[in-house]
Amino acid sequence: MRDVAVIGIGDTKFGELWDCSFREIGIQAGLMAVGDAGLSGDEIDALYVGNMSGGRYIEQEHIGCVIADYSGMARNHIAATRVEAAGASGGLAIRQGYMAIASGLHDIVVVGGAEKMTDVPDQMSMAIQASAEDQQWEAIFGATFTSLHAMIARRHMHEYGTTREQIAQVAVKNHKHGALNPKAQFQREISLEAVLRSPPVAEPLGVFDCAPNSDGAAAVVLCAVEKAKKYTDSPIKITASAQASDTLALHHRVDICTFDANKIAATKAFKQAKIKPKDIDVAEMHDNFTISEILAIEDMGFFKKGEGGKATEEGQTVIGGKLAVNTSGGLKARGDPIGATGVAQIVEIVTQLRGEAGRRQVKGAEVGLAHNVGGVGGTVVVHILEAI
Amino acid sequence: MRGENVEVGIVSYGAYVPRYRITPQEIGRVWGTDGEMMSRGLLIFSKSVPSPDEDTITISIEAARNMMKRVSVNPCDIGAIFVGSESHPYAVKPTGTIVAEAIEAAPNLTVADFEFACKAGTAAIQTCMGMVGAGMIKYGVAIGSDTAQGAPGDPLEYAASAGGAAFLIGSKKMIAKINQTFSYTTDTPDFWRREGQPYPSHGGRFTGEPAYFKHVANCGRGLMELMKSKADDYDYAVFHQPNGKFPVRVAKQLGFTEDQIETGLLTPFIGNTYSGSVPIGLAAILDVAKPGERIFAVSYGSGAGSDGFDITVRPEIQQFRRDAAPTVRQYVENKKFIDYATYAKFKGKILLAEMVS
Amino acid sequence: MPTARFWRENPSRYNLRACRCGVCGKVIFPPRSICPTCRRRSVGKMEDIKLRGDGEVYSFSVVHDAPSQFDMIKPYVIAIIKMDEGVMLTSQVVDCDPAEVKIGMKVRSTIRKLGEDGAAGVIYYGYKFIPAQ
Repeated sequence: MRDVAVIGIGDTKFGELWDCSFREIGIQAGLMAVGDAGLSGDEIDALYVGNMSGGRYIEQEHIGCVIADYSGMARNHIAATRVEAAGASGGLAIRQGYMAIASGLHDIVVVGGAEKMTDVPDQMSMAIQASAEDQQWEAIFGATFTSLHAMIARRHMHEYGTTREQIAQVAVKNHKHGALNPKAQFQREISLEAVLRSPPVAEPLGVFDCAPNSDGAAAVVLCAVEKAKKYTDSPIKITASAQASDTLALHHRVDICTFDANKIAATKAFKQAKIKPKDIDVAEMHDNFTISEILAIEDMGFFKKGEGGKATEEGQTVIGGKLAVNTSGGLKARGDPIGATGVAQIVEIVTQLRGEAGRRQVKGAEVGLAHNVGGVGGTVVVHILEAI
Repeated sequence: MRGENVEVGIVSYGAYVPRYRITPQEIGRVWGTDGEMMSRGLLIFSKSVPSPDEDTITISIEAARNMMKRVSVNPCDIGAIFVGSESHPYAVKPTGTIVAEAIEAAPNLTVADFEFACKAGTAAIQTCMGMVGAGMIKYGVAIGSDTAQGAPGDPLEYAASAGGAAFLIGSKKMIAKINQTFSYTTDTPDFWRREGQPYPSHGGRFTGEPAYFKHVANCGRGLMELMKSKADDYDYAVFHQPNGKFPVRVAKQLGFTEDQIETGLLTPFIGNTYSGSVPIGLAAILDVAKPGERIFAVSYGSGAGSDGFDITVRPEIQQFRRDAAPTVRQYVENKKFIDYATYAKFKGKILLAEMVS
Repeated sequence: MPTARFWRENPSRYNLRACRCGVCGKVIFPPRSICPTCRRRSVGKMEDIKLRGDGEVYSFSVVHDAPSQFDMIKPYVIAIIKMDEGVMLTSQVVDCDPAEVKIGMKVRSTIRKLGEDGAAGVIYYGYKFIPAQ
């Protein structure tokens, strides 16, 4: 198994991109990433694309082929694969690309992620996102994707005394970070009161506890470390790639306030990278809902179980705090085009580790972590990256 | 009408009434009618309203499940289920098939849905009696239930309500024996609904004497003639109750007192449950009846016909697990009042947008 | 129209049909052909049982924003219910004010309409829960 590095990155602005079709967005980020790496298209061995639901959002399957064609890679007849794991589609696509190079099968791989969510009405988007949960035993009974997370939040408050304000603070912090990110969907700070007052979606979560519908794409170029110097002076090494699964339905979990897949994936990742949580300087975590970030910082070992809310309230996860979480603005402020998110997280970590994050730079960031979740914790992918 | 030497009767029963209520005053307020006067004129204080997630199928299932909870009968021994209603959710696909699955009586049984306005449930009882009496089945289930619709602003809207009751008919371990049944049926167009129409039509005052009173009284008299009985032989009487006044009047015509009909008279509190009317009234009586007591029941269905039953309560009612399910009175008391807007929303009277897919 | 996909699960949706693993004794709902813990050892050993219908609210949420098929009943309470048999499931709590629902509240199953395939389609029925009195 050989080492893998990121040698190029690119991402579009996330938001409601009315003028852009899926095919447009899908190739923009890739073009940026390949340009960043200084590659010629002919040097690319394979393409992986994370996309949750082209079939229902734009009635298009066979997404690997779509991206290969519109990026011009189909002319070279490269291997193109669409990867799906609901919200973890992007992170899983990164892992597939990583495995392809680590195994020696390929030398250079482009991994992209893209989703076009605004070509359908909002209620349809809600129904499509619900396909990440248990259709037969959660969705048809009226459990929306948000309500499942709301039930986690309520139980977390019941068991650990976590307050509504502490949960809301995740959104406040991520908007603070997003305001520093020119590519973010929302570049505006919001107050705690605004989050608490936002219309209820599924109590106790309101509109501002939930990531928006977004269009967008992100891409990275992965290369074997032994060949990376040819392309860049600042390759960023992927020191760990880990993945874990759990039950589909939330009600089948051992403990609904813990994503065991967070724990297992993180443990495997820390073991592979030979480091501990305290060694992480900057992290992108899956805050599709405010409560999800609280679970993430607890489950992955950064804070004790039940203390994630307090830690957030105390500012331990802001830029400049103990662990900078979601410097990009997270899914909440940067946006969450589902398939793109996991790849965009890698783009942000690489940007930080290269020292190119401008106003949102974490000083001296050397080790970063990306955490991507599918469904209600049914799939978790964790990557650790280091500047070499 | 009963076959000789074959005893059939009620082995168990169960009822269900939805929780929501609306008052005649509230309905009158919206339609510019004196709701208070309607309330006094009909002797109805409130009527039951089904929740948007309830229908004749769910009501029938709840009543049937309550019926099963009170006895230890293997549902596989049920040979027939007949559900009588004017508001079967499907015009084609019987309510009874879903009830059969929901009480695990399927698949070795026969099922059919019945329609005869408000007496469809009692017609189902008679059919079960026949099949049990003929030795064709061990147990039959007869259900009368409805989620009745009254046209907005029409007098019927003040009464049309929702509810149902189920009866397990058999020949062994009866809690009440059905001594006799007698029916009186003619072609009388007092109240009807054409296929595809959302609301029924009716003949106004024609629904009184030539319809309700003629059929209920003649059926009642025919039954008493067969049984050589008179009103004071009975402890309880229950009549179809489209409002709180008609059953009181017909009871008097047949010689019954207000005391005898009080237990089974529920329309003043829950409105006219249509096919559930006599079935729920009978269930309310069985909730309190003692061994040896005798019950006189006459239903009425527009179109028109009446089914009468002469019933004697058996000692077995004392071992009967009545408390295993809520009584009719408990359902009547479990109530939450709503306004007309909520009622109109629940009953599908508001025109909704077509979904764009 | 997914009629067959829903019809197949009628026994569980109508009657809370579950199963018990013949190897470890765990109650599983909805029923499966193998136990998630015992896997191959449990093949052919899954015992058909029925949940009694009694349970308590483990967590809940009042849903305000939902797909259009729930327009009539919004806002409604969705809950994870812990059944007496130990197994958990997700369902609505009805027939009470959402403000009355609490973690630990005892509930009992009932049957209600879950939805329909439009005005001309099949109606789906299944379990919901009401406060146990």
